[in-house]
Amino acid sequence: MRAIAIIARLTIAEAARRRILWVLLALTLISVLLTSWGVERLVSIARERGNASEIEIQVGVSQVLILIAFMFSFVLAMTAAFLGAPSIAADLESGVAHAMLARPIRRADLAVGRWVGLVVIVIAYAALSGFLEMGAVRLISGYLPPQPLAAVAFLSGQAVVLLTFAMLLSTRLPAIASGAVCVVLFGLGWMAGVFAGVGRFFDAGPLVVAAEASRWLLPSDGLWRGTIFALEPAVVIAGMETVGGPAAPANPFFAPTPPPIEFLLWSVGWVVVVLTAAAVSLARRDL
Amino acid sequence: MADPVIDTHGLAKRYGRTDALIDLTLRVEPGEIFGFLGPNGAGKTTAVKLLLGLARATGGSGTVLGAPLGDRGARRDIGYLPELFRYQPWLRAREVVELHARLRAVAGGEATSDVGGVLEAVGLADRADDVVGGFSKGMQQRLGLAVALLGGPRLVVLDEPTSALDPVGRADVRTIVRRARDAGATILLNSHLLTEVERVCDRVAIVDHGRVLASGRMDDLLGEARVRLRVTDLAAADVAELRRFGRLAAGEDGWLTITGIDPARIPDVVASVVGAGGRVHAVESGRSTLEDLFMRLVGSGSGEAAA
Repeated sequence: MRAIAIIARLTIAEAARRRILWVLLALTLISVLLTSWGVERLVSIARERGNASEIEIQVGVSQVLILIAFMFSFVLAMTAAFLGAPSIAADLESGVAHAMLARPIRRADLAVGRWVGLVVIVIAYAALSGFLEMGAVRLISGYLPPQPLAAVAFLSGQAVVLLTFAMLLSTRLPAIASGAVCVVLFGLGWMAGVFAGVGRFFDAGPLVVAAEASRWLLPSDGLWRGTIFALEPAVVIAGMETVGGPAAPANPFFAPTPPPIEFLLWSVGWVVVVLTAAAVSLARRDL
Repeated sequence: MADPVIDTHGLAKRYGRTDALIDLTLRVEPGEIFGFLGPNGAGKTTAVKLLLGLARATGGSGTVLGAPLGDRGARRDIGYLPELFRYQPWLRAREVVELHARLRAVAGGEATSDVGGVLEAVGLADRADDVVGGFSKGMQQRLGLAVALLGGPRLVVLDEPTSALDPVGRADVRTIVRRARDAGATILLNSHLLTEVERVCDRVAIVDHGRVLASGRMDDLLGEARVRLRVTDLAAADVAELRRFGRLAAGEDGWLTITGIDPARIPDVVASVVGAGGRVHAVESGRSTLEDLFMRLVGSGSGEAAA
């Protein structure tokens, strides 16, 4: 545990010293300011014109907030992939890891310590950007999503999944390759979610099975759906199901139900297994 | 006899189809500076990685500090300067050493090693608060030495410790290595810089193509001492008289070589020549160098490695 804490602290200190944290913070503030300004304009115009009820405005804001959340989820996914991808590979390529691993620490300590440090960073980033954005929107429009904490938790979960996967790749592949693979699979996972919804509407059995399987293999999209559900007011869910009927779940920005508990347990187990695989993969390779 | 610090038997390492190490049988005794020599690609760094547990042997066996190769507890008493001496470029020199002090203490004990002392010993005391990314290669190598010497390890493994250093830096490293030995450490010095090894090591092993070609005490390996003199105006009988000092060979231009001489008697040879009326123009004492031996064993094909 002592070694894991040392490596985790080192990882956080590295992100701070190399200005990654500060760049992320600055970009987050800029993003929140710009998107809040956009929401403020939309809400003000709608209220000035007086042709939309307050409920309609709140529904509109909730949908804009989901799109903003998607932007943050994308940025967070990229951040997680590109923090995780060099986490082991870069130290091995540069030789920094050799001096550390000749000390009386386990290689698993290095992998888990790195993971813990990066998880702290991505969760802090998700929480900061999520709460700032939701707070700003609340101030502007009076709308607060039904489950803000759950939304941030799902957003963080998605980032942790990608981070862990990038780290597993990083124990064997060069940093750039790990990052690229992770980003491509993140995109494919999102598309799988869309295909699963569309496939269900068209009753395309094999497509649904393949799409569902890939969503379980990389649970990032399933967690993204959790973020959406946590941001949706009940009126939107009822409305979408009325208007969209069976086609509604095909919309990648709509979730009629929260992720089932089995899926959440699976996601936690998935992270544990992939992190363990990363530790074992690092332990078994020659340096 | 004390237990060996390093003891390996037929250690082998295969990467895919390539044999990096075929048969490393080595014994390094406590308190000695052991030179591990070989041309580039001979298997030196692979051997070091096996000893430290950074890579796994595919054959043979061995112990380091009495424990199996790669043993975590034993690594607390090992200081290591890797060939690719790179440290976190965003940390300050002092922080790098402190980090290693904490990592070392993971296996027990306090992380209160003398951080300032080791930085002082390698000449980095006045740069302790500078960021490592701004260091020259030579300074990074000095930092690596500080990290390796941290906490007074029982075994110090130095993989090419002087490759980035200027002559002054190399002399400093020799002093540092001798001090560490005098403080009780055993040193494994992995190098292809033969003159460095010759100056500082007690024993050496020469490896090539993954095998030990020769090993032993430096005196035994380098053979007999000899002296070369350029002498004129010396009668043939008086030249023959010099045979009492060793085996005599006469060369061109007045050069005489006496092999097998006790180095302490070289002044007597000069006195004898001068006493017999001869004029001494030059005296060169020495013996076959490590480079001679290395080139003989490894062959001229690897000559680029012999510095």
